Amino acid sequence: MSIAKSPQAQPKARPHTPILSWKRREQRVAWAFVAPALLLLSIFLIAPFGLAFYLSLTDQRLVPNLNLPTRFVGFKHYLAMWQDATFVRALLNNFLFVLIVVPVQTSFALFLAVLVNQKLKAINFFRTIYFIPVVTMMAIVAVVWTFLYNPDQGIINSFIQTISFGQLGPYRWLEDPKLAFPAIMLMSIWQGVGFQMVIYLAGLQEIPGELYEAAQLDGANGWQQFRFVTLPQLRNTSVFVVISTTIMAFKLFDQVEIMTKGGPNDATVTAMLHIVNSGFRTQKVGYASALSVVFFVIVLLISLGQRMVNRPER
Amino acid sequence: MQRPAIEPTTPWQKSPRRFGTYLLMTVLALFSLFPIVFMLVTALKADEAQILREMSTFAAFLPTGELSLQNFHDVFARVPFAQYLINSVVIALAIVLFGLVVNSLIAYALARMQFRGQKLLLAIIIALIIIPFQAVAVPLLLIVNQLPWFDGRMTWLDSYHVQIIPFIADAFSIFLFYQFFLNIPKDIEEAALVDGASRFRMYAQIIVPLSRPVFATVAILQFLTHWGDFLWPLMVVRNPAVRPLTVGMQAFFGQMPRQWGDIMAFATMVTLPVLFIFLLFQKWFVQSVASSGVKG
Repeated sequence: MSIAKSPQAQPKARPHTPILSWKRREQRVAWAFVAPALLLLSIFLIAPFGLAFYLSLTDQRLVPNLNLPTRFVGFKHYLAMWQDATFVRALLNNFLFVLIVVPVQTSFALFLAVLVNQKLKAINFFRTIYFIPVVTMMAIVAVVWTFLYNPDQGIINSFIQTISFGQLGPYRWLEDPKLAFPAIMLMSIWQGVGFQMVIYLAGLQEIPGELYEAAQLDGANGWQQFRFVTLPQLRNTSVFVVISTTIMAFKLFDQVEIMTKGGPNDATVTAMLHIVNSGFRTQKVGYASALSVVFFVIVLLISLGQRMVNRPER
Repeated sequence: MQRPAIEPTTPWQKSPRRFGTYLLMTVLALFSLFPIVFMLVTALKADEAQILREMSTFAAFLPTGELSLQNFHDVFARVPFAQYLINSVVIALAIVLFGLVVNSLIAYALARMQFRGQKLLLAIIIALIIIPFQAVAVPLLLIVNQLPWFDGRMTWLDSYHVQIIPFIADAFSIFLFYQFFLNIPKDIEEAALVDGASRFRMYAQIIVPLSRPVFATVAILQFLTHWGDFLWPLMVVRNPAVRPLTVGMQAFFGQMPRQWGDIMAFATMVTLPVLFIFLLFQKWFVQSVASSGVKG
């Protein structure tokens, strides 16, 4: 029934040698193993990916209108999107998010990782607690923080008023165009930092102990050990954390959709929100596909950047 | 953890310093926990006026006043919460379970078998990791809108399968399996080959039992990703019968006037089960997340 290895197992002579038939069989079995995943990836990832490029050159709508057949419009959408103030604002917001959240969240995560990498009692307890926000659904986090950000008497307002002795606040966090996006950033850092902390912690534990012993023999103090041993050793981990946080920042959607829907006055609109609004809510699939292609190109450039930065080490 | 600490590792650390460390860690722990404590406590306060009165004071974090499960009853009375919960569990589990089989099978073929087009296929899979789901969501909506299903419907919208099938195959999961399988010594399989075992038996009886860690990693990463899926169900699901918790939470949140006690009860019931599972399988969670970082 299965692969015949010895000639004795095959009483009758076959038209081809056992080795050849084994190879053929191996081919067939291999493709049977490959087929389900390949089929699914083709239909649900490769096909829509190719379709995005094609649709971006048409004025396709979500529900086809028989009176208005879909036409080929060339690169019209790619030119029009730069006149679309909401899209430009969305891209700027994504970059702003990267510019602020990536350095803050990365250094905060590294700080936490170093903190919980010490040999102290109950250290696992603290590790667990710092990781808890990660296992909390973003949809839930967004709803709870909306209450914390309550414009008049939210706990964040009263905390700020208390520590500033009544000098600051109350702020209308999510309703103030200047504060809405920073408020979403703070919440996103709160939710995401534990994930990066764990990745950094794994990186820290890979560093050979001898490096620290050598540094201590050379009289390096704690900061010098961190600066000249830990940081260089964490180079690849940091590149990974920075890139994955950057890509995550470009996918920003859930929080914004639930808390502000991109408002007030597009202050919190993001590329993904605008893609969904154009393609799904106003049904301009062609235009949304063009936005998706640009979105993909940005993510691709970031990922390629990671490969280039990483190369010298390998 | 036998690794040395990063801070000076002198064993005679002075106690004020240690006290400072604990103080700092406690403050950070409070920062991590305050929204969750706030949610839990508020969910127990049945009196909406009391919640609004206390929301700006420290009492918002304390179980003050009359505590009851009234808000939880209200959630069940107002929305089909149990249905949402079942939907989310069914969808996430189906993605994880089917995904484990499908992705590990292709990874096994890529890592161990010889067939034409193998190298090209591996290159394609690795390239696919870069494509974010978000970039294909809109064209995918167009596709699933016109796919036939066994029940005769000519669209996949408003169903379980539209929330499951597109996510089963996952390039990054395949890559994690592939890397793990490469590192398993070949001798055991060679012995099995001599015994005339089929490739499927080698996969099922040798590779799978040896690969529990990577199966756990992929399962947890996929679960964490898809348990919270929001964008896709928002686009493809209208019917509450197949609506997951995320979209249910948003819809409930959008019902005016907002009953914060009920909203927090909803949020609590979503959070607690996962929190409990996390605490039980903490080590696995942390290892999975850590190993997602070896990419690149």
